[in-house]
Formats: sequence, structure tokens, C-alpha cells
Amino acid sequence: MWKCGNVEMWKCGNVEMWKCGNVEMNGVGIVIYTFTYFHISTLINFFEFKIIKPMSVLIFIDHTDGHFKKTTYEALSYGVALARQMAIPAEGVLLGTVTEDISALGKYGIQKVHQVKNESLNALDPQVYIRIIAAIAESAKATVIVFSHNSSGKAIAPGLSARLNAGLVTGAIALPDTSKGFLVKKNVFSGKAFATVSIKSPVKIISLNPNAYPIASGEGSAELLNEQITPETSRVKLKSTSKSSGEIPLTEAEVVVSGGRGMKGPENWGPIEELAKLLHAATACSRPVADAGWRPHGEHVGQTGIAIAPNLYLAIGISGAIQHLAGVNRSKIIAVINKDPEAPFFKSADYGIVGDAFEILPKLIQAVKKLRGLA
Amino acid sequence: MKILVCISKTPDTTAKIAFTDNNRKFAAEGVQWIINPYDEWYALVRAIELKEKDPSIVLHLITVAAADADAVIRKALALGGDEAIRVNADSQDSFYIAAQIAGVARDGSYDIIFTGKETIDYNGSSVGGMIAGLLDLPYVSLAAKFDLAGQTATVVREVEGGEETEEVSLPVVVSCQKGMAEQRIPNMKGIMGARSKPLKVLEPVQVEPLTEIVSFELPPAKKGVKMIPAENAEELIRLLHEEAKVI
Repeated sequence: MWKCGNVEMWKCGNVEMWKCGNVEMNGVGIVIYTFTYFHISTLINFFEFKIIKPMSVLIFIDHTDGHFKKTTYEALSYGVALARQMAIPAEGVLLGTVTEDISALGKYGIQKVHQVKNESLNALDPQVYIRIIAAIAESAKATVIVFSHNSSGKAIAPGLSARLNAGLVTGAIALPDTSKGFLVKKNVFSGKAFATVSIKSPVKIISLNPNAYPIASGEGSAELLNEQITPETSRVKLKSTSKSSGEIPLTEAEVVVSGGRGMKGPENWGPIEELAKLLHAATACSRPVADAGWRPHGEHVGQTGIAIAPNLYLAIGISGAIQHLAGVNRSKIIAVINKDPEAPFFKSADYGIVGDAFEILPKLIQAVKKLRGLA
Repeated sequence: MKILVCISKTPDTTAKIAFTDNNRKFAAEGVQWIINPYDEWYALVRAIELKEKDPSIVLHLITVAAADADAVIRKALALGGDEAIRVNADSQDSFYIAAQIAGVARDGSYDIIFTGKETIDYNGSSVGGMIAGLLDLPYVSLAAKFDLAGQTATVVREVEGGEETEEVSLPVVVSCQKGMAEQRIPNMKGIMGARSKPLKVLEPVQVEPLTEIVSFELPPAKKGVKMIPAENAEELIRLLHEEAKVI
């Protein structure tokens, strides 16, 4: 007997018989094989051969400065859980070079990592990335592609969706419901509501909100596949990058300490920065503070600034206008310190203190030091 | 040079969010509609600034919406722009919307297509990237600064924990965020002038949406705030550690 992929051929006397697996897929990725037996002569006229590979969930592995981003581990944990739910393998795709051990990503449950090891890819050009990821997605038979809804995911996922004709849900907050179709829950109305979105195309793309899905790891090692794809010439040239003073990126931070107009001036930010450092937190601010130039624009959280969803948002001297809430209302816990007991923010808070920030902050700093065994 | 700015109408930032039709539709009754702030303050105003610097630039606005968006389009034209295009279709699917805009832009030979970084209602952050994907153009997302020198644009984009400065040759699709420009208030001359600017209505091209919203829900109400007396502020840290378990 001779076998190639799902097509088998064998001889009975002088007659060549073929067994051909026709593969169908339903919406949740279950593969149904039906078999037909027929003579070689009919086959030539009526059938085409396809080598069948199982489908997969393909997860985009995002990195910066040679290191995997925290959101990559979230996307891996999410994609692997989805792959298990669909009973198909999970694989990763990594463009560019990293200094970390790639096979160790197997700990998060992926079996393979497709890497295009080309340093030019360390600068992200969506147009270039999309072509490569589309090619790998096709060869890996990706039925779902997972990104993080961060600056990279926002740059790549929409164009990939257009190229693959694959429905995209951005900012997912939970695993899809695959029991009836493919339903993904996401935040809408700037955190004021949720929508459940049905993806109707055969290939689906999801970008996961940062800090929305817990990282899960175990044992394992991933096989590294060196993909021989030459990136096309980029029309976007990266001229320079600048880091904002080395602290934790705002959208990835689990704790955010934020100051508003109640801080009275940029010279008073010392205690906020000290508290943030002790809590391994990022610092943020309200719009008036950014507009006044007290703090950089990149720290402005709110409707027109950055939207965040940390485990703890600690707001000091911020009244909590509806536009500010739109950027922070996805935080798991909100603690508010304001001298005005009527500040609207208290209505959306879990914990509140009415009082003078300049008296309260030193007490909080002392309490955290004590908790951390530093005082 | 031709610039296209994509405009979306969204509920006002202070609008009450509620749903009807068994939680399948946004309750639009009585809602004040505005130009999506990212489209207006950053994309449109930056395009207007470029045109002020170089009056030979032709500036078009486009929206994909039903006729009830005309008031919002006129508001945008009051800020600036030579003419507006409305593709007469109502959809919540980013791909459908992007395909309509790409359909217009394919023939329009635009050098720059600006979008806001996302809309404040569906928060997709997708239309710009999809247009670029459909037209196979370079895409620069989350731009906080945009400058032109001839056919080359220098763009600063915000990434986690920093900024990237990129140089790209036109044509390009750019999604805009805070930093690009400052909010403007339309003046009387602009409002009067907007009435006579052309607003072309085009019928949509045939495209199948790839997604569909099946239901909405509101988040569970907060349990209420636990107040801590100021003189006992240290207690907050204990509660965050032991009760909320977030530090």
C-alpha cells in the first residue's frame, strides 16, 4: 500500500483502488472524514488531492528589545486555552530576533514556534508583517489567529483581517463561546458596556485586551521552526525610538497610581512617583494635568487619552469626570482620594478617602513600606 | 495632493448608554451625536492644519452611514475640508466600513488617508488598518505627530512605554491619537460655508460583513464605595492587600 497525506492507494490484482479522505470543517473546527472508494480512471476526471493538516490556533509572539512582552504570555495563555477548547494544536509566530529562549514558550502550551529570523523585522511594518503572517497562517492551517490588543496588535490585526477575509474582534475580554458559532465578548462604549460579537468567516482573528486574561504556565518545550521567508522591502523606516524613563508601560501595568489637578503642580509629583515605585505601578494623570504640561501626554488616561484596565487604579486629586472614567472604568479595583466628598469619582470607586492628598500620601507610602518589610 | 479623512458619528461622551430590542440595539433615542473625538480633534484638525500650510491640498471627508449622519458631516465641514462623501450604508462591522472607504479611495488617488485611532462607541481600532490592508498601503497606527516634507511623512507613533519616529513615503494610511493637533471650535464663517460645500452620497459596494454584534450588556453595578477616614489612611493599604488582593 502507498500512502500520501490522506490519500491512500493500493492494488487489487490489476485494479488500482484509491481511498480519498474528503475533509469538511464545521464552525468549531471538528474535522469530519468521509471516505470514497473508486477506480483510478474516475479519479483523474473528478477529484483533486489535498494534503490535510489539522487546523491550529496561531498566536502572535510580540517582543521588544529582545524580550517577550508581558502581553505575549497573556495571548499565549488565551490562545492555548482556546485551542484546547477546540481540540486543535496551538502554535506561535515570531518575526524578528529575541535574546530569550524561544522553546521555553512551550511552558504556556504551544507546540511549535514559526520564526522568521531576520533582524529587519525587529522594526514593525504592518504591510511587511501581514504578508509573512498570512503565509504562515496558511501553511499552519490557522483557523484562529490571536494577537494582544496593544500597539502591535492594533497595527497588524486589521490589515491581516482584510488580507485573509477573516473576521476580527479587537479588545476581547474572555474566551470565545464556540458551542454555537463563534462568539467573542468585548468592551464597547469605552468600557461602559460589553458586546458579544459573532465572527462569521472561516478564519477568525481575535485581539485580547491587556490584563484581561490570566497567564497560565506549566511544563513543556516548543519546537522551533525556522521559516525561510524573505521580508519585502519596507516602505516605513524606523528613525528612532525613545523610552519614557524606563518605568512600567501604562497599558501593561497591574497597578496604576494617577494624579489630577488636586496635586496643584508638577513639583508635587514626588510622592506619587514614590508610591508607584513601591507598588511596582505605572504613573498616570488626568487630561487637565497633561494639557497643562505637568506630565507627559503619554500618561493621560481617559476618553481621549489611553484606556487602561489595571487590577488597581489609585486616583489622587482627580474628580472623576465621565470622560476620565471612560479610560479607567475597566479597572478591577478603583481607589479614590479626593478632598471634595462630592467628587463624582467616589460613585465609581471601590474604596475612598476624603482628605488632603498631601497628608494622606505619606501615610500610604509608610504603610506600603511596612507591608513590603521596608520600614 | 489629496487627503481623505474618515469620520464616524458617535454618541456624545456623556450620553447614557442603554440598549433596546432585547439588548440587540443601542438605544439611540434622545442621544446627542458628535464627530468621534479621535476623528475630529486629531485626524481632521491635523489635515486642516496641513491644508492651511499648503492651500493646494484637496481635503475630502468620508463617512459610511445613513442620512442621519449628515448633520455630523456638516459639523465636520464647518471645521474645514473641501467636500464630503457619505457612503449610504449602516453597519457596525469594521470590515464592511473599511471596504466601502477603500472602494472610494481606490479611484480617488489619495496621498494620505487619516482615521482616528478608534471610535468611542465600538472601540474597534480597525478601520484604518483594514483600509491599508485592502489597498495594500503602508499603515502607521497610533500617530501622535505627523509632518510632511514633499512626498515623505515623518510620524511619531506611541507604543507601550515610549515613542517611535518613522519615515514613510506617500501614499499612507495613518490612525491618529492625542498629540496630533488640538481641538478647534468652528467659527461662524466655517458654519455658513459648510452649508454650500458639496456632500456627495454614494451607494455602497457589495461586501459581506465578517462580524455581527449579537447582543449588548451593561457591566454589573459597583457594590458601592467603602469609605476610609482620612486619619486612618493606612487602612486603605491593608484593605487593598488583604481584602481586594490587588497589591
